[in-house]
Amino acid sequence: MIEFKLPSLGADMDEGTLLAWHVKPGDTVKRGQVVAVVDTSKAAVDVEIWHDGVVHELLVKVGEKVPVATVLATLLAPGEVAPTGPAPSSALPEKPGHREPGAAIHDAPLSGQPRSARSDEVSVQGPRAISAPVPGVRDVPSRRPVSPSARRRARELGIDPETVVGSGAQGSVTLADIEAVHAATAQSRAEQAPTPAEPAAASDRQQDMRKAIAAAMSRSKSEIPHYYLAETIPMQRALDWLQQRNEGLPITERILTAALLLKAVALALQRTPELNGFYRDGRFEPSAAVHPGVAISLRGGGLLAPALHDVGDKPLAQLMRELADLVKRARAGSLRSSEMADPTLTITNLGEQSVQSVFGVIYPPQVALVGFGSIEVRPWVEDGKLVAQPLLCATLAADHRASDGHRGALFLAALRERLQQPQTLA
Amino acid sequence: MSRHISYREALREALRESLQTDPRVFLMGEDVGCYGGTYAVSKGLLEEFGPERVRDTPLSELGFVGAGIGAALGGMRPIVEVMTVNFSLLALDPIVNSAAMLHHMSGGQFSVPLVIRMATGAGRQVAAQHSNSFEGWYAHVPGLRVLSPATVEDARGMLRAALADPDPVLIFEHAQLYNSEGELPDDETAALDIASARVRRSGSDVSLITHGGSLPKALQAAEQLATQGIAAEVIDLRVLRPLDDATVMASVRKCRRAVLVDEAWRSGSLAAELMARIAEQAFFDLDAPLARVCSEEVPIPYPRHLEEAALPQVDKIVAAVQALMGVGA
Repeated sequence: MIEFKLPSLGADMDEGTLLAWHVKPGDTVKRGQVVAVVDTSKAAVDVEIWHDGVVHELLVKVGEKVPVATVLATLLAPGEVAPTGPAPSSALPEKPGHREPGAAIHDAPLSGQPRSARSDEVSVQGPRAISAPVPGVRDVPSRRPVSPSARRRARELGIDPETVVGSGAQGSVTLADIEAVHAATAQSRAEQAPTPAEPAAASDRQQDMRKAIAAAMSRSKSEIPHYYLAETIPMQRALDWLQQRNEGLPITERILTAALLLKAVALALQRTPELNGFYRDGRFEPSAAVHPGVAISLRGGGLLAPALHDVGDKPLAQLMRELADLVKRARAGSLRSSEMADPTLTITNLGEQSVQSVFGVIYPPQVALVGFGSIEVRPWVEDGKLVAQPLLCATLAADHRASDGHRGALFLAALRERLQQPQTLA
Repeated sequence: MSRHISYREALREALRESLQTDPRVFLMGEDVGCYGGTYAVSKGLLEEFGPERVRDTPLSELGFVGAGIGAALGGMRPIVEVMTVNFSLLALDPIVNSAAMLHHMSGGQFSVPLVIRMATGAGRQVAAQHSNSFEGWYAHVPGLRVLSPATVEDARGMLRAALADPDPVLIFEHAQLYNSEGELPDDETAALDIASARVRRSGSDVSLITHGGSLPKALQAAEQLATQGIAAEVIDLRVLRPLDDATVMASVRKCRRAVLVDEAWRSGSLAAELMARIAEQAFFDLDAPLARVCSEEVPIPYPRHLEEAALPQVDKIVAAVQALMGVGA
């Protein structure tokens, strides 16, 4: 049995709300398939599964908020046989362990049964006791006892009675238990939201995202010893090459500078692997693949930095299409879990805002952030002559625990050289 | 002014009143006359009303119950005393096949306005054959009305209503109750209904549903539970057939837990019937499994300690309630 757990989709995510299941018990799933949609505080994310198999049970209900690493579903590995219990039904089970009631009946002692009568009834119970046990039936967790009125009230209040600790007969969940949970949540809600004004869902999300960004950036600034480098890069050759390449092409097929810069960063990183990867548990783990996270500002405010995968290996035209798609989906709030979890460094481009340079804050556990300002025509000395040249200020914010300024400078130099040979970026 | 009176005296006053007010009424049974009744209920009535109206019978339940049915068909209002429910098994055929069914079998032409009184229950060390509680058996039979007076008020008032009923009515007097005493209310001659259950003690945590000789035990248990912070409501069924579902369900819906207390054996019992009705009608209001305190399924033993162990007792009721409430027993 394979456990499919809620992945962490970024350092700022510690829980997620399940928005939808795209699969049901009995479905065959393939590695990489999107099986669920999870709402992080930042976005609705399509969550991919990382095993081939058959869905056995869905353990988390739509609407439930669960911590990272909660088992969302169980899968049968290819060839594995369901261990016990009923065949997966298409209906969504309320919770693991819900079974036909018959299985547990013979285990329940008839409390209060007079001792003297027991012997009389052996012959009556005999056949049932013999036929009832099914192989493996003991492994089946019995249904948590919830009294009928407690179950009804829980439904009214939207409380999952299976999560409530029972205080009643035989450990059952009683009406009073449900009311207590209700009162406690109402109270904590009241404490958490002292302003009774009803904020719209959208502004809730913005607040949540603000909180998430605040947490990640505070952690970054308190944990990561940043160093900053800047380099001015002449862009005449790159822009000329792009213009030439885009000439005569429909707008949809034209390559934007942003895609070119992405590719340039990915290739420039080849010589400085200590800028690409993660700093975890006191050590740096370089990443062989380069998955730059592309900082995308959202229209309602806030920011996402989903990954473009294997940027160094992809032709520019494909990168451009994928970048456009990524931006569109990020703004529509439908990213995939791998895009959220995978970035190996971040690239932020504030060129459109005509700022000259950006000194970024590293997104942990990454170790570097590359920033681009706007491309502006400025005075530039080339071969001893003053010329007007489109210039780009590229910056690097890097983690001093993983690299030193010298290596960072090497990276920026490599980046500059790459952009002087734009044809090598195609 | 309310009046302090014993259960036995209340029954005797009711008999005397009906003998006085209705010339069709007569009392018939073993030892009801010269001996004054095995439980001394009819003491003095022979002297007051004479042998025509207070008649001693031979030891033949089949015969004198049948004679009572004949007299009822003939226009009389007989009160037949069967000494105890144990001996009424000899009269099952006339009670069930004749008294209960003649109205139906005659297409409504005949009614059987017969009242049969019987002592029931255990607890007096009279051994198995004199200690049964078969009122639930009779409550199984359509055509009979089955009463279980547990208070002096009901002992005093139910007979009049039973005699007014055109169909056969069985009154079960728990032998342990004869010496019990209580207050008769001011309007002691007010007609009592023989259709409804009563709330004898109000509560909110658990319904103790009982009748007859188990009522005092249930009330005592409720008193003990109150000291533990558990508010038990005590329902006195009073009428075992037809059952007053409305009162029972109202109490169960309020308390959400119910314990049936009945001196009969549990299997196929009145307690079982009530549990079934609660499950049918109030399932979603329940907050705990239903429970019952009945007699152990053995012939009621003769030795005192064994007899006490076999019967429902206050401590057993308290323990059953505690288990339902999830209180460690």
